[in-house]
Amino acid sequence: MISNNRLTEAEYKVNFSDIHPPYTNVNAALVDANRCLFCYDAPCTKSCPTSIDVPKFIKQITTANIKGSAHTIFSSNILGAGCSKVCPVEKLCEGSCVYNLLDEAPIPIAQLQRYSTEKAIAGNWQLFTRKPSTGKKVAIVGAGPSGLSCAFNLSKEGVDVTIYEKESKAGGLMTYGIAAYKVTPEFCEDEVNYILSIGGIDIKYNMALGTDITIAELQAQYDAVYLAFGVGLARQLSVPGENLAGVVDAISFIYELRSKGFSSVPVGDKVAVIGLGMTAIDAATQAKRLGAKEVTIVYRRTQEEMPCTQVELDIAMLDGCKISWLAAPKEVLGTDGKATHLVCTKMKLGEPDASGRRSPIETDETFTLEVDMVIKAAGQMPFETLVNGSSLNHKSGKVSVEDKSVTSINGVFAGGDCVNGGREVVDAVQAGKDGAASILNFLF
Amino acid sequence: MADISSNFLGIKSPNPFWLASAPPTDKKINVLRAFEAGWGGVVWKTLGSQVKNVSSRYSAVDYGGSRVMGFNNIELISDRPLAINLKEITECVKLFPDRAMIVSLMADNNRESWHELIKKCEDAGAMGFELNFGCPHGMTERGMGAAVGQDPEIARMVVEWVMEKATIPVITKLTPNVHSVVPTGKAVVEAGTNALSLINTIQSVTGIDLDTLVPNPYVAGKSVFGGYCGPAVKPIALKFLTTISQNETTSKVPVSGIGGVSTWKDAVEFMLLGASTVQVCTAAMKHGFRIVEDMCEGLNNWMDEKGYAKIEDFIGKSVDKITHWEDLDINYHITAKINQDKCIHCGLCYIACEDTSHQAINLDYGKPYNTYTIKEDDCVGCNLCKLVCPVDQCITMEEHRVAPEYINWKQWQEQGLPLNDH
Ligand SMILES: Cc1cc2nc3c(=O)[nH]c(=O)nc-3n(C[C@H](O)[C@H](O)[C@H](O)COP(=O)(O)OP(=O)(O)OC[C@H]3O[C@@H](n4cnc5c(N)ncnc54)[C@H](O)[C@@H]3O)c2cc1C
Ligand SMILES: Cc1cc2nc3c(=O)[nH]c(=O)nc-3n(C[C@H](O)[C@H](O)[C@H](O)COP(=O)(O)O)c2cc1C
Ligand code: SF4
Ligand code: SF4
Ligand code: SF4
Repeated sequence: MISNNRLTEAEYKVNFSDIHPPYTNVNAALVDANRCLFCYDAPCTKSCPTSIDVPKFIKQITTANIKGSAHTIFSSNILGAGCSKVCPVEKLCEGSCVYNLLDEAPIPIAQLQRYSTEKAIAGNWQLFTRKPSTGKKVAIVGAGPSGLSCAFNLSKEGVDVTIYEKESKAGGLMTYGIAAYKVTPEFCEDEVNYILSIGGIDIKYNMALGTDITIAELQAQYDAVYLAFGVGLARQLSVPGENLAGVVDAISFIYELRSKGFSSVPVGDKVAVIGLGMTAIDAATQAKRLGAKEVTIVYRRTQEEMPCTQVELDIAMLDGCKISWLAAPKEVLGTDGKATHLVCTKMKLGEPDASGRRSPIETDETFTLEVDMVIKAAGQMPFETLVNGSSLNHKSGKVSVEDKSVTSINGVFAGGDCVNGGREVVDAVQAGKDGAASILNFLF
Repeated sequence: MADISSNFLGIKSPNPFWLASAPPTDKKINVLRAFEAGWGGVVWKTLGSQVKNVSSRYSAVDYGGSRVMGFNNIELISDRPLAINLKEITECVKLFPDRAMIVSLMADNNRESWHELIKKCEDAGAMGFELNFGCPHGMTERGMGAAVGQDPEIARMVVEWVMEKATIPVITKLTPNVHSVVPTGKAVVEAGTNALSLINTIQSVTGIDLDTLVPNPYVAGKSVFGGYCGPAVKPIALKFLTTISQNETTSKVPVSGIGGVSTWKDAVEFMLLGASTVQVCTAAMKHGFRIVEDMCEGLNNWMDEKGYAKIEDFIGKSVDKITHWEDLDINYHITAKINQDKCIHCGLCYIACEDTSHQAINLDYGKPYNTYTIKEDDCVGCNLCKLVCPVDQCITMEEHRVAPEYINWKQWQEQGLPLNDH
């Protein structure tokens, strides 16, 4: 049965509490900070898509220069606070920390980054001064990580920025997509306000490109345009029974969870999640944490090929989610219009595909899972119709760029998920920086 | 099992580890706890005329997350009545007759005061005296402590007074607040002291509170120079000790080594440079008396490993290994070598050599890991990279003599050999 309000308020609170808690005292932060070797040309920095000078900001914690530390972080990544909570650090900075080569635990870089940046946001430290207005105006579409990062870096240089955002809140997937136990709505709001506090950035909410305004109109009103509208819709499964009640897409499921109270979000007793990316993990664990009795993740390949990291998989496993390896959805069965069973085809591994991973091949065998809810998390689709309507070059909806952010239309730039098809927040932040640099180059 | 017992001028102790004259030895309760923990002996907190202490009294230097790398204090000699100290000394000796009981003295600056104090302490059961000519604060202003130790002639005079009266061994404790400890050391040995000990604390300012702008330790808005000790002073103590061990006059008497001893290794180093016993203060104040357990076990194991049966077998063995710069062998040459299997690519060796030494390390860019190799021809063998490398035995220094024969600086000049090879 699909129902909401399965747990007590106290249970929701525990289930959705911070998965990576912060340091509770300065000594704890110092123990870790002092362990950092202050590497030269540090591997951790090279493995951060925004190239945060990690040894420098950690050293600054040890010298009690927390303002300097926060400044070091924000100079490279204005979403440094959010990133410290959501980055898959095991495959980024911490994954490259030299301590791994000593078979020692890496420096908890993200936790230290959180330490400095949270203090900055809580204290509303103004670490940057906006240059006097240059009179140049830029429009940005989308107030997600990419758009915000671009806006900040432009405004700092004296450009007046207007962001057009289709939702009523800023933050993009930070606010509407990422797991609730990583970031809270309050945090996202604080982070956005902190970024905007440099001044010179105006956000027009509930304004969607395509419906409320067009690229051509923006071009007419502004000196340049930056597109950062992300990716949108969940990929369809294209299997029979997909329209039965109880079959939902992960993005909508999480959107609801992030924008409403936990108790109002309905979830099934027996949930199947299709896919094993970050979104699938988030959907599965959060379904479980909302009170689902059984959650089974259905994945076409094996652990060898899985797109999520081991750390993420462990979160799902520790939450009690089951994994059905080498299984692909074949059909959703139902009665009275409601999903009751998911029929899966057993798969085997064949030759490596374009991604270099061994591709799944169907066998003749099938098996059936009893379900009342199926969450589809088999990837997201770029906004194909949105870009189709313009003269933008694109590859099945992903905006094509040269030189990191220059699109096929003169004066129009793009970056983030809408260009890369969906990566991490930190990649979107770097894209925003690159976009700002290209725009400044174009304007001056 | 090696024999780690010590016999210092007839004063016996089961091990060479004594507690230095300081708060750990200033009353019966501490001293009994120390003996129970296993300390070989104590130098009782300095006795003299009645004084009054202030609050606060201590401050420290922390480094890289480690507390109390250096320690300083502005305390005076014992602030308890003499009679109580004497009574407790007697009780401690009675309960632990196998442990060394040295009593530290700093009498007022006249013969009678010294004679009177000596008589009382001998009657109380002291096995030896240590003359505190080192305390660098509070007492100096009264013409005592370091004020005596800094002037060889005053020190000689006081030791002469003491030797007239004392019937038990007398150790003179030297102050490091001088450019050389040898002149005072020589004067007091000539005046008859039976032994020397060093170092006392070094005058210091450990730091300043950046909010109040008052240096540490803080006493009602002011501070004074404090006596510095702890691990930070060990290298300085070892240097002073060496000069005493190498001097013809001062090397005739046994020495008790003090200053930053925290482990059995530190103790062995003091003993290799000529100390017969070592004294500990800061390490005990930081960790308590239990540290002596590992000091005894570590010393024992090391001696067994090296084949030393008793401590006399190695005391002083490194004294002649410290020579004059002019006598060093110029043909000796080493170069650094990086073990690539151990290297963790932190780049610390590279940036140290590149920025501040001889640009002798090569960086091959890699993402995320660079590869670092030594340019053997440019390496001068300074050790810097090896010192900063965080991985044990990752950088080793390999010998590549310039020529087989020994040649020192003087001979080098005489033969007109090239001076600049870089
Ligand atoms: C479920 C899920 C979990 C994730 N978890 C993580 C994680 O833990 N860590 C991590 O680093 N990354 C995670 N990601 C990826 C990350 O959220 C994205 O890579 C990142 O948010 C991309 O930033 P962006 O600014 O390019 O796009 P978005 O964040 O998608 O922002 C796009 C913005 O544009 C707005 N917009 C869209 N269309 C229009 C339009 N037509 N007109 C005006 N505005 C429009 C949107 O409302 C949104 O505000 C996750 C993604 C998902 C889906
Ligand atoms: C708080 C304190 C008080 C001290 N008081 C005396 C003293 O009364 N007489 C004395 O000879 N030395 C005194 N010292 C010096 C110690 O005996 C010792 O020489 C010095 O601390 C160096 O040893 P360490 O590095 O092991 O501490 C004192 C040291 C400290 C820290
Ligand atoms: S690699 Fe690790 S130890 Fe080195 S600077 Fe980065 S966090 Fe510090
Ligand atoms: S020994 Fe000195 S000169 Fe040689 S590589 Fe190391 S740091 Fe450079
Ligand atoms: S300091 Fe040591 S571990 Fe670090 S790069 Fe140099 S050799 Fe490698």
